[in-house]
Amino acid sequence: MDFSFTDEQSMLRDSVASYLADHYDFDTRRASINSADGWRPAVWKAFAEDLGILGASFSEDHGGLGGGATEVMVVMEEFGKALVVEPYLGTVVIGGGFLKHGAPAGAADLIGKIIEGKATFAFAYAEPQGRYNLSDLKTTATRKGAGYVLNGMKSVVVGAPWASHLIVTARTGGGQREAQGVSVFVVDKSTAGLITRDYPTVDGRRASEVTFENVSIPADALIGAEGAALPLVEQVVDEAIAATCAESLGVLRRLHEGTLSYTKERKQFGVPIASFQVLQHRMVDMFIQLEQSISMTYMAHIKLGESAAERAKGVSAAKVQIGRACRFVGQNAIQLHGGMGMTDEMAIGHFFKRATMIEGEFGSVDHHLRRYEALSLDKAA
Amino acid sequence: MKSPGISVRPIITLEGGHEVNDVFLDNVKVPVENRIYHENQGWTCAKSLLLHERSGIAGVARSKRGLERLRQMARSELADDTGPLLADPFFKRKVAELEIDLTALEYTELRTLAGESAGKGPGPESSILKIKGTEIQQRLTELTLEAAGHYGAPYLRNAPHNLGAVGPDDAHGVAGAYFNVRKTSIYGGSNEIQRNIIAKVVLGL
Ligand SMILES: Cc1cc2nc3c(=O)[nH]c(=O)nc-3n(C[C@H](O)[C@H](O)[C@H](O)COP(=O)(O)OP(=O)(O)OC[C@H]3O[C@@H](n4cnc5c(N)ncnc54)[C@H](O)[C@@H]3O)c2cc1C
Repeated sequence: MDFSFTDEQSMLRDSVASYLADHYDFDTRRASINSADGWRPAVWKAFAEDLGILGASFSEDHGGLGGGATEVMVVMEEFGKALVVEPYLGTVVIGGGFLKHGAPAGAADLIGKIIEGKATFAFAYAEPQGRYNLSDLKTTATRKGAGYVLNGMKSVVVGAPWASHLIVTARTGGGQREAQGVSVFVVDKSTAGLITRDYPTVDGRRASEVTFENVSIPADALIGAEGAALPLVEQVVDEAIAATCAESLGVLRRLHEGTLSYTKERKQFGVPIASFQVLQHRMVDMFIQLEQSISMTYMAHIKLGESAAERAKGVSAAKVQIGRACRFVGQNAIQLHGGMGMTDEMAIGHFFKRATMIEGEFGSVDHHLRRYEALSLDKAA
Repeated sequence: MKSPGISVRPIITLEGGHEVNDVFLDNVKVPVENRIYHENQGWTCAKSLLLHERSGIAGVARSKRGLERLRQMARSELADDTGPLLADPFFKRKVAELEIDLTALEYTELRTLAGESAGKGPGPESSILKIKGTEIQQRLTELTLEAAGHYGAPYLRNAPHNLGAVGPDDAHGVAGAYFNVRKTSIYGGSNEIQRNIIAKVVLGL
């Protein structure tokens, strides 16, 4: 099998890495996440105009550069290395994914705005009662006149404070957890009745609790088929999971490298602590977790193009590996840094916090184990 | 702490709290009567006290309370398929395993205490209490964070109170607790050092 990257993909990686090295060092990031806005629109503008990465994964027909999931993977891994908080996943992968696959009336226009850096998206899907079940929805969209009216509430919508638009899942029919009756809408965040309570997250992002109180939206806000959009949601979420796995590779690499270099420098009992065999073996196990995660991330990206069942199985398997690796590598990176690892001052803790949040994003290890079992083992029995 | 030459610099820990400091001692004059134990034997004295610190860090009673809180939370939190999280086979298995581990620790501690009341120890076995006790505390915060689901993410340490709550009460601060408790396998003699002690002193390796 050929796992090499094209010249264009390598250039993309280099240009993102060099931009982040110049503009996204740890202290600059810290100042930005602690600022009132919590992100840097100027960086977003540079992503669009100087680096052109917001269009890298869109087709040329849409005004993009003609790439796809591999380009997203390259960008996300570099973002993981610098702990980028700007809403690339929500906007390009999720917003862009729904617009590409669901192709609603205004898709071309909105994709154009994404590529120019003028539209940002957040994905409002989780509800307080639903945990990781994508079809557990109490939020409703009721037909009224020429459009719909939204009512309900969404939990921890990451990136919502920075978004111009939300992608919202809601019920147009069916019971609370039924597959049938799930619909998706694109909603301008300034629509009347859409109320947000914004807050920071433990890994330096911003999120909102979003409440819909009789929010009127036009009929062409619908993405995909009314009441039959769950397969579309699963597809886009699988793509988002694959991208998050790629991000985790950047995070895991930093955790691992940082631990190697720290333990080579840190001396106790007159010798570098890296000379203690028990720590060497720990770092070897961290390395094995990292390598297995790289393999599973590549596998998941390959499966994105296959049937829905194959795709889901591959992505869930990857997420199980990545969830476990994030925990093992993250915890041991802190442990091997000793007391220094516990300080806010050192970058290592910030990578650990991001790794911890990735564990639960779009489903925990348990959730994806269960999904994998249902897709593969149950069938074989 | 008011003596001239002592300066204190706060250290913020990774979850955002402040419970530790750098303490600098710059030519601080200390009267002889303030010396604890014999001159040049401070470490011997400290080591024996640290044995008690280690049994203290085990925190069996605290973990029992933590486990009860976790059960409570897992009764009200819902799993993916509607039932309470505590009825979820994956989750309840992990809670049961943790409880069994904690029971083992409790009885190991009771054996140590029985030895102490018979005039022995605490000996180097207190390292076992430290290792297992801290692993259990860390596992508890892992499961609590898992139980919180999406509501593990909000960081509300500096949020104004008048804005009202985000998510269920028992999910508050669970990620911070998870991050903070990583310290327990580092301080009080790291768990690697405790294993070195058992290897050397108990097993004679
Ligand atoms: C929250 C907190 C509170 C604290 N409170 C106090 C306090 O009140 N008073 C006080 O004096 N100190 C306190 N400390 C400091 C604490 O005792 C030290 O952090 C701890 O002893 C570890 O030492 P270190 O940080 O120098 O790590 P290091 O010694 O640099 O250890 C780094 C890593 O190397 C491993 N390692 C080191 N030596 C060996 C070896 N020989 N074999 C195998 N592995 C090894 C360690 O286990 C660790 O994983 C506190 C620390 C924290 C985090």
